Formats: sequence, C-alpha cells, structure tokens
Amino acid sequence: MKAYLILEDGTVFEGTSIGSSREVISEIVFNTSMTGYLEVLTDPSYAGQAVVMTYPLIGNYGICREDMESRQAWPDGYIVRELSRIPSNFRSGDTIDHFLKEQDIPGISGIDTRALTKILREKGTMNGMITTNGDYDLEEVKEKIRQYTVKGVVLKTSVKKPYVLPGDGKKVALLDCGAKDNIARNLNKRGCEVTVYPADTPAEEILKTNPDGIMLSNGPGDPAENVGIIEEVRKLYESSVPIFAICLGHQLMALATGAKTYKLKYGHRGGNHPVKDLETGRVYITSQNHGYAVDEESLDPSVAVPAFVNVNDKTNEGLKYVGKNIFTVQYHPEACPGPLDSGYLFDRFMRMMEEGR
Amino acid sequence: MPKNPDIKKVLVIGSGPIIIGQAAEFDYAGTQACRSLKEEGVEVLLLNSNPATIMTDKDIADKVYIEPLTTEVVEQLIMKEKPDSVLPTLGGQAGLNLAMELEEAGILAKNNVRLIGTTPLTIKKAEDREMFKETMEKINEPVAPSEIVESLEDGLAVAEKIGYPVVLRPAYTLGGSGGGIAENPEQCAEILENGLRLSRVGQVLVERCIAGWKEIEYEVMRDGAGNVITVCNMENIDPVGVHTGDSIVVAPSQTLGDKEYQMLRTSALKIITELGITGGCNVQYALNPNSFEYCVIEVNPRVSRSSALASKATGYPIAKVAAKIALGYTLDEIKNAVTKKTYASFEPMLDYVVVKMPRLPFDKFINASHSLGTQMKATGEVMSICTSFEGGLMKAIRSLEQHVDCLLSYDYSGLTSAELKEELNRVDDRRIWVIAEALRRGFSYDMIHEITKIDIWFIDKLAILVEMEAALKAAGKDLTPELLKEAKRIEFPDNVIARLTGLSQDEVKAMRYENNIRAAFKMVDTCAAEFAAETPYYYSCFGSENEADGTTSRKKVLVLGSGPIRIGQGIEFDFCSVHSTWAFEKEGYETVIINNNPETVSTDFDIADKLYFEPLTPEDVESIVDIEKPDGAVVQFGGQTAIKLTEALMKMGVPILGTAAEDVDAAEDRERFDEILEQCGIPRPKGQTVFTAEEAKKAANELGYPVLVRPSYVLGGQGMQIAICDEDIDEFIGIINQIAQEHPILVDKYIMGKEIEVDAICDGTDILIPGIMEHIERTGIHSGDSISVYPAQSITEGNKKTLVEYTEKLARALHVKGMINIQFIVDGEDVYIIEVNPRSSRTVPYISKVTGIPIVPLATQIICGHTIRELGYAPGLQKEADYFAIKMPVFSFEKIRGADISLGPEMKSTGECLGIAKTFNEALYKAFQGAGIKLPKYKNMIITVRDSDKEEMVDIAARFKAQGYRIFCTNGTARYLYQKGVVTIPVRKIEQESPNILDLILGHEIDLVIDIPAQGAERSHDGFIIRRNAIETGVTVLTAIDTARALVTSMENRAQELTLINIADI
Repeated sequence: MKAYLILEDGTVFEGTSIGSSREVISEIVFNTSMTGYLEVLTDPSYAGQAVVMTYPLIGNYGICREDMESRQAWPDGYIVRELSRIPSNFRSGDTIDHFLKEQDIPGISGIDTRALTKILREKGTMNGMITTNGDYDLEEVKEKIRQYTVKGVVLKTSVKKPYVLPGDGKKVALLDCGAKDNIARNLNKRGCEVTVYPADTPAEEILKTNPDGIMLSNGPGDPAENVGIIEEVRKLYESSVPIFAICLGHQLMALATGAKTYKLKYGHRGGNHPVKDLETGRVYITSQNHGYAVDEESLDPSVAVPAFVNVNDKTNEGLKYVGKNIFTVQYHPEACPGPLDSGYLFDRFMRMMEEGR
Repeated sequence: MPKNPDIKKVLVIGSGPIIIGQAAEFDYAGTQACRSLKEEGVEVLLLNSNPATIMTDKDIADKVYIEPLTTEVVEQLIMKEKPDSVLPTLGGQAGLNLAMELEEAGILAKNNVRLIGTTPLTIKKAEDREMFKETMEKINEPVAPSEIVESLEDGLAVAEKIGYPVVLRPAYTLGGSGGGIAENPEQCAEILENGLRLSRVGQVLVERCIAGWKEIEYEVMRDGAGNVITVCNMENIDPVGVHTGDSIVVAPSQTLGDKEYQMLRTSALKIITELGITGGCNVQYALNPNSFEYCVIEVNPRVSRSSALASKATGYPIAKVAAKIALGYTLDEIKNAVTKKTYASFEPMLDYVVVKMPRLPFDKFINASHSLGTQMKATGEVMSICTSFEGGLMKAIRSLEQHVDCLLSYDYSGLTSAELKEELNRVDDRRIWVIAEALRRGFSYDMIHEITKIDIWFIDKLAILVEMEAALKAAGKDLTPELLKEAKRIEFPDNVIARLTGLSQDEVKAMRYENNIRAAFKMVDTCAAEFAAETPYYYSCFGSENEADGTTSRKKVLVLGSGPIRIGQGIEFDFCSVHSTWAFEKEGYETVIINNNPETVSTDFDIADKLYFEPLTPEDVESIVDIEKPDGAVVQFGGQTAIKLTEALMKMGVPILGTAAEDVDAAEDRERFDEILEQCGIPRPKGQTVFTAEEAKKAANELGYPVLVRPSYVLGGQGMQIAICDEDIDEFIGIINQIAQEHPILVDKYIMGKEIEVDAICDGTDILIPGIMEHIERTGIHSGDSISVYPAQSITEGNKKTLVEYTEKLARALHVKGMINIQFIVDGEDVYIIEVNPRSSRTVPYISKVTGIPIVPLATQIICGHTIRELGYAPGLQKEADYFAIKMPVFSFEKIRGADISLGPEMKSTGECLGIAKTFNEALYKAFQGAGIKLPKYKNMIITVRDSDKEEMVDIAARFKAQGYRIFCTNGTARYLYQKGVVTIPVRKIEQESPNILDLILGHEIDLVIDIPAQGAERSHDGFIIRRNAIETGVTVLTAIDTARALVTSMENRAQELTLINIADI
C-alpha cells in the first residue's frame, strides 16, 4: 500500500505503508543511531513525535522484546528508507513490521530519508502527516499539520501507580517523567531499591519515604509545559536529598531553579554526540535525545554552573548545583541505545548518596 | 592538550614494498600523516624503501630517504639528520617491527630519540601473544583458549589439549603469513613447522578454532588525555576462518543489535585504553552467533588496512587524526575536516552501506588454490557505497575488473545439486556466486547457512538479487519502468538488464532516461546529514535526490583512477593519477576523480575538488559525466583501467585530453602499429596476430620457436608465455581463452637480449627522456619482475642514440601528447621494439624520483597546452645522474599456495623497492636489503640449473663459494660444476629416498635456492615442488640466472657504511 509523508512546508514524500495504516499528524524528528531501533521505538521521550531513522536499513535483527525500554512503543509514526525483509538474530522473536502493527504505529518506508533529514536540518524540526490516503488537498492538510503541537505527553507516558524494584542497597526514588527502563535497571544493578513514582507525585510523598537519593528521569515534550511538576521538583531541590537527573529531569531542575530552556533547531538524537566533562576535561561519546536545551545565559551562577558541554555546538549538557548534592545531565548515561561510556555517572550518584547523608 | 612543543623534527617510517597483506593503504596513511604533520609546522623526514609511493615525494615530506627499512639504515639516518621523534605507527607491521628492533637494539635511547604514536610496551602488549593474552585477562576481555609454542612437540601437545580443529598463528608476521586451521595432527605439524620458521621470534599461537562465528571489527581512536571513540565497526560476511583481508566486509555491522554493538564497542575502548595507544587501533572480534559470547581475535596497535577502509567508509581521516594525536593534540581540539563544523571527538554515523570486496590474484596464478583461509591472499580491494546492501554488493562486484558484473558471472548451472552442495563447502573467492546458484535451485536459507555459516540476512540479500534476475528474465522485452526502477535501486547495470531481458543496452538506457531513472549522488559527510558538510565526496544511488552540483566557472577535468591494486597494476598508477590531479589544479582546472579503491591516496577526500567513489565502468562513469559535464577526461595516468574507458568516454562526447584515442588504439592494434613501425623504419621481433590455436601454431612454426604468445590489450603481461613447441601453444591459448579474451592474440619471435625501458614525454614536437633504464634479467622476464637499473649500464653510446631516435620517431608518429612508455630489446648493436604504451607506466614514479624530473606534472602541463621548452627543459635525453638507482621487484609468493614462482613474461611481483647509491654495487646491495633478502644466514644453498644455463652458472657458483657458501646440487648440476672445478655437495632428487633435496629444504638451514627451470611445457613438476617448499619455508628462491649473479655481486660488495641519499636534493 502506498503511503505519503506530507510536511508542513508542503513537501510530499511518497513511499510504502508500514505498520498501522492509520493517518497521523506529528512532529517529525530524525535519529542518527545505526543500531537500537527498538530502544528508540520504546523510548517514551518520542511520545508526540514521529521518528525518521537516518540509517537506511532498519529491522535487520528483528525484535528482541527484552530490549524494550518501556512497556510499549511511543512515537506517533516511524519513517525509514528500507525495512528488512527477514530478521536475523538469535534473540529475535518478531519482525519490526509486525511489531509496528501490533503497537498500532503507522509508518512509511521507501522514501529518501536523507533528503528528509536535510530539510529538517535546514528548516528546523517541523510537523508532518503520514497517511495512506493519496487523495488529499495539500493546502488544507498543510494548515491542519501546522496546528499540531506536542502536548500532555509526560503524564501520558509516566506510570500511573508507584512500584518498587527491590534491592538491598540505597533507596532511590525515581520520578518517572517518561523514563526509559534502563535508568531504573542501572540503579537496581548497583543494588538500589528503586521506587518508581508517577510524574505528578507530590514532593512530600517522595520525601516522606526518606530516600537516599532521588532520580529525575528523561521524558517527552516541552519541559516548560510541566508547570506543576516543576513546582514539586523545586521542593525536591530544597530538600537535602542527593539528586541525579537525566534529560527532561535535567531541564525540569533547571526550570525549577530559575533558569530557562529553549527549543533547538532540530535537536540532538543519536548515539555519537561528544560531551566534555568540564571538571576533568575528558570527552565522552553520548547517547542523546532532546529537542530542548537549558539556556546557559539564564543560569544564576550562585545556583547552578555548567558541568558538561557539547563539543560540537557548545550547548549545555549538564549542570552542577552550587552547595547541593545535585547534578544533572542532558544526555543519556543509561544508553540503550547508544554508547555505555557515561555509565560512570550512576557510580558518581552512588557515591553522592554514600557521602550525602 | 595543545601540541607538544618538543616535537620539531619527526622521522616517519613507511611500510616498504607492496606485498600481500601490506598494500597501498600505508601510502595513503603515510601521505595523510606527513601532510598533517607539515600542516603543524613539524619538519618531516621520511624513510620508505618503496619508490612507487606518493609519500616518498619531495612535496610530501621535507626530506625523503628511499632506503631499506633496516635498523642500520635508521641508525645512520638518525645520526645524520638528528630527528627528535620517530613515528612508526603509519608504516604497517613493517613500521612496528622496525620500531621494536630499534628499541631492542637501544638505538633510540642512545640517540635520545622518542617514539611517538606508540610505546614499546604498547607494541609488545598487542603483538606479543603471551603479553597480549595476559593483558586481555587483566581487563577481563575474553580470548580464545590458546597457548604459545616454540616447538613442534609442544604445539602438537597443546592442540591435543585444546582439541581440534585449532588455529595456528605465527607471531609477528604479516597478513597471517604461515598460519592456518588444522583439523588433525598431520595438518597441525605441517603448518606449525612453517609458522615457527616464518615467525620473527619463532613462536606460534595454537588457539581454539572459532571458525563460523561472526567476525566483527572496530576501529578505535584514543588521544593522550585518554579520550576514546570508535570510528566505525565492520562485519565480515565470511565468518571467522577467512582472513578479513580476503573477506567481503560490510560497514557498519548489519546483523548486530544495539546490545551486541555496544558490548563490543565498549570492549574495544577498554582494550585501547589498557594498551595505552595514542592514535588509531583496530580490534577484531569473533562473536558467537547464538549468544553474547565473544572473543578478541587480534589487535593492531596502529593504522591498518581496516583503518584505511574505515576512513574511506566514513570520511573520518584516521591517519591524519592519529598524526595530530602523536603531536599531543586531543580529539576535541582536532577539527573534522569533512564537516569543518564538528570535531574529531565524535563518532561518524553512516546513512548508507559500504561493501568491500577483495581483489584476489588467482587470474595471475591460475594453478594456485583458490581456497581462502587465515592467510591473506588478496593484493587489493574495492569498496562501494550505496543506500542498500544489494546495491553496494553489485557495485563492488563490477568494480573488481575481473570480468564479473553480477551474480551470474560464474556459471554453476551445469553442476548437479549434490555437486553444488559440495561446492558450497568450498571456501573460496567465488562462494557468493555458488550461493546464488544454490538459491536459484531453491536450496533453503537454513541449509546454505548450515554449510557456509554466512548469516541468513546476507543470504536473503543475495536471494533478492537472484529474484531480480528471474523477474527481469520473465519480463523480457516487456520490461516495465517499475521493474526497471527496482532493478536499478539494487544496482543492476544496464548491460546485465539487457542480457536478462533481451533488450539492447541502448534500449534499456533509453527507457531509463525516458522515465527519469537516473543515478543520483549523495554525500559522504560523516554525520548522516546532521550537519551540512563542506567536502564533496559522493556515491551514487537510484531513486533519490541528487546532491552533486556540476556547475562551475572553471574548466573541469575528469581524472580516471586505476581501480583495485592487482599484480600488474599497482600503486604506481595512483601516484600518477594523484600527481596529474594536482597539476591540473595548478593549471586552473576543477578536478574530479573517479575511483573505487579505498587503499589509495587518490580516494582521499581532499585530493581532487570532487571525489566520486564509484565503479569504473562506462555506465557508472556516464552517470557522473551527465552531472559534471567535464571539459575533458584524462586517461593516460590510470593504467589499463582508464585506457579501457577511452572509447566509452568519446561516445559520451567527453574529449580525451592528451594523446588522441585513435593513436592509443594504434599502439595496441597490431596491424596499424606494424604500419607505423614500417614507416619509421623501426624493427621489431617478427610476429603475427592470430585468433585460434591452429593459426598460432602455424605462425610459431613460420617464425621458428621459441615464440612469445600473449593476448593484446592487457597489462602486466597477463597470459603472456614463452612457447617452445606446439603443445605449449595449445596450453597457453586454452588459458588465454579462459580469461574471456575478446581481443586477438599476438605471436612474436622471442629474441634473447638486454631489455631496455624508456619513459618519455612528448609535446607533439619535442620529446623529453628523463633517463634510460636497463633490466638486469634478459628478455623473457616481465619488465615488472626484472631488476631495473638507472642509468643503463651495459649498452653502448650507439645503442643510446638509436633508443632516443626510435623514441622520438614513435612519439611523433603516434602524435603523443603526454606520456609514452617504450620497451626495447638490445642485441649487440641491434635495437628492437617490444612494446609501446602511449600512457604512464609502472616505472614513472621511480624514474621521476631518481632523476628529479617531475614527469607527471610535466606531462599534465603539456596536455594542457604547454611545451617542453616553455617549461624550461631542453628536449632529448637528459644528463645521466652521477649515482645509481636500482628498482627491485618484490614478490608475495609465500602467501599464494600452489602458485608457480618461476619468472617469465607474465608479471608476478606485487611491489618494488629502491636501492640508490653512489656506486652500482652499493645500490644493488641496498636494493636486495630493501627487498628483504638479507644474506648470508646459514651459508647453505642449493643450485639446480637447466642445461642451457649450466655454463653461466659455473662462475656464479664459484663466487658464492668464495662467499663461504656450501652448495648443494642435484647430480647433473654437481657433476657439471665439478668438471669445471667447482666442488659442490650432490643431493638426491625429490623422488629418491630420504634424505633428498626436499629434506634439505625442510631442514631450515638453507639460505637460498637457485633454480633455473626449463622453459615451456618441459617445466618439471619436481622443480615446482622444490620452489614452493623453499618459498613456504621462508627460503629465498631465484629463478633467473641474471638475478643470481646480481645477488652474489651485492654480497661481495656488502658496504661497511651506507651512503644515505635525500631524494629531495635530486
């Protein structure tokens, strides 16, 4: 079946329908990872967005369900150049096409993903529609597409009820703003008992359990939209509990302490971004997925100072909070997909919890 | 960390002659590194014995020494030039080995010179098997169970303990020389014995066989601050068991999930960190296809063939970055030269697929075994880039220039299914063609996988190609645009589509153009389009947006590269292509290079204004021409590959710059060439053009045996043989026909004389001859395999005059504009022409360097309309140099099992080195040293000579005896020599009881075998066995009497102190 990707600027790509054949309008973003398509599909941070994979061959190693980063797939749509006809991996239990159908995610294959990526790079992230209906009025749908905004995605992706991953080490409260499972796994692997809380949990509820540390997770959407959560994060900031935050969590903490965030032209999504640790001067290759960044200009140096910077575009990649046991990063030390090089940050958090109390 | 200010003068060590396992990739790496160092204001001293390289050009380094890569040379060089640092990591295994020898001999410490880019400890940890194992154990990185042995007995015991099959790997050898897989004790003993001998330290690793696992490689970089990145990973389609140099390789890996990918990536970073490498490193893994179990196969603590491939595959210039790191920079301080926006501390992301295929030399060694194993056999490789794997593979296949263009090119349809299944078990260079036939027959993926262990993902891709063949066949002349579009998406060339559908190639092309099915070009930008890149490095695909813009305000020239390195067409042609490109640039042209060889300098992204990484077929070139619309193309520098495209280019309406196409053709066309010779009054050995064996025999009998038989339009004398009887002719013509000759066959009278070679430049009026080269071996041995001496030594002034006169006449008659290469025979005062090539030749880099005349730039300027006089040169033969320069061929026979090593009219050498000195004898000594012939060792040798050469052998044998040699001879030779007063030790022939000649060779105390075989079909099988066994046990074997004489001369004149000559001063 034919499918069309229509961008808000009027560009139309014609390809083949994959996954669900339902029509969808979403924000189109690209990811440059060469492996880890299932991790991308199940990363809640993509809620409200349709993902273009720049690597042309997707689905080669099938679906290994234990690699899912959350309970379901989140993107609104999936855009690839070529889906593998057969999967080949000893763990594969399914094909990606079937997985997309099962998860009701519409997609399109057979398009020039590089041309699409160049448009997004030059003009910035924009909205688009994936449809199998070739009988559209371009002007009409363009207007509809333009009106789309990503909204309310944090609560949509967050857990509805707290749950506990048992462990006999430190007690960590993880605020799930759309968390990838590997954050909890990383802590759990280090012996932590991890209690995962819904994103809208009041700070008091968390603090009263007297955790050794608090973890703020990644998540989707515009960080500034989460006014209520930001207020609660402010309370967590004011406690003396050591806090480590990733991605959206990093942005929420910055917003909670008076800094600002802004939307990047086309974001960072992939597994090859160099980040410099300003303390040691070392550079790490990181896994990234964010469309917003913290504005370093807006930082109050008595509250927070940059701790990590992106080597390529010099955007902020992490903060250290003055006089606090708090550090936050914009990128993904939990990897999956992407390099494992920043796993040491979890160890740093462990030490912080050890020393923090 | 900024640049280390203490590094001011660096000695860069090159990799020496091209051999199997160490090819052009090190010229690419070395050239890039030298330019990178010079960019930083560092004075660069270069040492490399290989004159065909670009890195040994005076434009590349400040001082260039083309001298043997030995510790004595380096020590003298250090004392003479006083560098503060030595950079050995760009010179391949040769460079590292030399660095270790320098360290062990204390030469570096004594002269207060530091190694940069690596440390002796790093080299040892990576190269010494035991230390490597310990290091891996320390950081919990698994290696296959193994033990190092130093004797046959221990080896067999260890193999028994680990369990067969076992892999045997000699320590410190190139391309896995002497290694192999042993299934049983007999095989184990055989390989061990050989391996122990070949290892520099007499060690062999006996290892658990993990054949059949996935073979994955990572290219990693580390700087002095400890920052680490991976540039690229690669997956071998052929599982573990086939040397990666002989495997079809794809980048990035295709069948690894993120978990496997990151697991191995993390391991590679851990390893480079533990080894403390500052620069690039390659780590090879075996990954169990059914679990996460893996083991580290090998680490190369240096720039390697794989890193050249990774550089071209990603656009990340590994050698350049490695050189900067050696100077002290950190990755985040080094700009990414492709994007000019990002830094070297990021990992390239590909939005395409890269396929590499090996170029194997079995067309040269038709009797050699085609089987592939742990010992590398490929002389070169091709790379292709496409958005699909199928497309990448199809492009790679047609880039090979081996008369293959699709999966139907080798026909297995005649085999029964049982035979085909048997054939699948054979691990050789044609395996994918066998699999394709199996798929056509409906063999299941599982069955094919079970036998070959090739991942079913790749088998499915081959199946997609096979299905397309069937679909095209079924469509026939009713081919639809939709099907055509799909066929082009997976890169079926028009000629194959035409063959399958029954349409003509022009019809297919017309249909494509009508339906706008044209190749589009995409950029290799290191970042999957995330950032706008500045570097125009393109590949083609169908059904996509085109990114290449052909508009320019400048005149534009298309430079055609020379494709994969193969015997007969080596790195020399890359030297010529690159220099021509640079010269065109100076003339104000925009330059566009097309080539497909990832090992070369020409495919570095900053050589030409634009690089198209594409197959060199008419259709692929035309797609580029359609976009670039060049003002002209230059074909005379890219070897036979480029010459072959002349006609197609003219059809496309692209003017051929320089010598006109019809004149090129006149030199190749026997009849027309004979006419020209007639007009010029130049004699040549009598000959005839024939098409069949019957005609050939008739011609031979008229001319009188011996005769030379060869196909026309070939390079490197492929298929050329000396026939002494009718039976030979039958055999040779049979062989020629096997390699699909469309052109006629030439039969010439064989004249024994001195062989002379001349390269000249002609501007249409005047001729410039830089020098005359003379071969040490008399006619009958291919010029590429002969020792070549400049200036010519034994010819008369009269000869020289004739040579110059003939050269001038021919160049004018052929209307040469640019380069011409002529080979002559001198017999007394008679001079005959053997061959004329109106193009650049193999000897051009060598003669340019030793005469100091920049031949290629001059020729290019002449092509652009300048004249010799205008460029400041007096026409005619240039003044002879006051030193001697000897070019020595280097062979890789030990790598090719079953190859006959005896020299003849068909070229067999893979590379060359230079000996340059004030005296002939010192130059000769250096040339032998450079070629790795470092004698004496045990002072035992064997001589076996055909009757016709026995007389000449007497003097040579006596001279070897005077050098202290004990000479063993077969009875006939011994008796003859005894009668002439040279006492030797008789030894039994092979078929006689032990101890015989073979036992003597296998006794490992023989330095040298001189075996002059009889010509033609009389070649004895015994001789073949003797030569093979000698070569495989690391013994030097000479098969030409002149070479033997040269060797003894060089030994008699072993210089005490060498004079080192800076080529840049010439």
